[in-house]
Amino acid sequence: MSFPSSIKSVDIRKCYGDKTALDNISFEVTKGELFGFIGPDGAGKTSLFRILTTLLIPDSGSITVEGLDTVKDYIKLRNILGYMPGRFSLYPDLTVEENLRFFAGIFKTTPEANYDLVKDIYSQIEPFKNRKAKDLSGGMKQKLALSCALIHKPEVLVLDEPTTGVDAVSRIEFWEMLDRLKKSGITIVVSTPYMDEASRCDRVALMQNGKLMTIDTPEAIRNNFGRDLFAIKADEVYGLLRDLRQFKATRSAFPFGENIHVTLADELVKPAEIISNLLAAGHNNVHISKIEPSIEDCFMEMMKKSEK
Amino acid sequence: MKIIEVENLVKKFGSFVANDHLTFSVDEGEIYGFLGANGAGKTTAMKILCGLSAPTSGKVSVAGYDVYKQTEMIKKRIGYMSQRFSLFDDLSVWENFQFFGGIYGLPAAKIRQRTTQLLGRLGLESEKNQLLGSLPLGWKQKLAFSVAIIHRPSIVFLDEPTGGVDPITRRQFWEIIYETSSQGITVFVTTHYMDEAEYCRRVSIMADGKIVALDTPANLKAKYKVGTIEEVFLKIARN
Repeated sequence: MSFPSSIKSVDIRKCYGDKTALDNISFEVTKGELFGFIGPDGAGKTSLFRILTTLLIPDSGSITVEGLDTVKDYIKLRNILGYMPGRFSLYPDLTVEENLRFFAGIFKTTPEANYDLVKDIYSQIEPFKNRKAKDLSGGMKQKLALSCALIHKPEVLVLDEPTTGVDAVSRIEFWEMLDRLKKSGITIVVSTPYMDEASRCDRVALMQNGKLMTIDTPEAIRNNFGRDLFAIKADEVYGLLRDLRQFKATRSAFPFGENIHVTLADELVKPAEIISNLLAAGHNNVHISKIEPSIEDCFMEMMKKSEK
Repeated sequence: MKIIEVENLVKKFGSFVANDHLTFSVDEGEIYGFLGANGAGKTTAMKILCGLSAPTSGKVSVAGYDVYKQTEMIKKRIGYMSQRFSLFDDLSVWENFQFFGGIYGLPAAKIRQRTTQLLGRLGLESEKNQLLGSLPLGWKQKLAFSVAIIHRPSIVFLDEPTGGVDPITRRQFWEIIYETSSQGITVFVTTHYMDEAEYCRRVSIMADGKIVALDTPANLKAKYKVGTIEEVFLKIARN
């Protein structure tokens, strides 16, 4: 069984002066998929999304969305795309309701015509419909921007860092909204610097410095980590980090909250040895456990490998 | 010694209460995490602590100075770094240090000495004549932090300093924070990365203008019977 393709990108290149922002980017997104681009600032996510949404012309390569070329068929394509760009992009001095009506009008429709599609999201800000957009909290601005991107019933929704700078609760709520949106069959492409959000996607592309490091399901990425990963905890975190980095057996040591995530240069070293070395160095309450890697662990591991 | 003392801080904008009787203190040399959802009142409170805005009522002192009457003294004793405001892209690294060192009132020789020292610690001496705008984001952030402490302030305020940066650089940044704290500079930091809350000695969580939790990460997790600060945050916010 093959899945119908919604987006196809072939060898996209984009340079700004002598800086290569996008370096031969190729990927495919199937219809109805929730596809994530995960990577830090400077990875090239925004440039890629601008090309995808017909706002920027690549130096070479091509992207087709629902069979339409982003350069040659940009007018037709703009009617079937919904786009939520990185910064707040709505009109600050229009009210919530005026913004929605404006965007619907641009696409020659009305909020009432497609209300069902946005109801789940819009109903949460409807009580504030007469408030000016600039007076909304960050979470509410997001919901309004999402409603405006959906109001014309697009086939493909492109969200550029919709959760950046937003608190942990609003981030979770936003992804729950995306989950519900998926059920309507819309193809959704999202970018985020938050690694933990990768697990909410069907597939993710890890991106760094204009290149795609890998494209796969979150589960497959984690399964391909390729070595044992340990979480080590002790009373004094900073001292623990310094000492772990001094051990010859340590290949990498990075803080993760109250734990240090460690990979070993020598896979024959046993956890018990590490504990006794740490106790000998004066650490108290030392705990070590083997853990499954997160997407963040995988991303850092790939960064380390690409540095060599 | 308490480097920040806040007692019943109230800040109103018209009838809207942005800060509703905040009471907390920060010890010298502490890494203190100031968390809360957007719109909870964190930025308002931070502006007051930096001497940029006066409270409506309440007692607030920073580095021993009163925020009502001694804001100029406060500004001399603090450093500030945020994701939104950083260094000048079209000045070189060296020029940025010179500029901000001058603003903090340091003499030229001192600026040179501190700049050399700080660049050395980051291993970026060879970049000193590069335009800041040409550098990767991670380097810019580390440099911005160094500039914020060029005058050895008593306390440095960091407003979401690691936003958008790759996970390795993010951690390197926190190692710089640890090192700075171990030299006696108090660090007051806000962040949306919940794992970073664990690096703080104590954390406060704001919601709707009030502080709804304040304790060490370990105590908060024990109190709410959860394993991470993110879960503490969710439990509090969803109530």
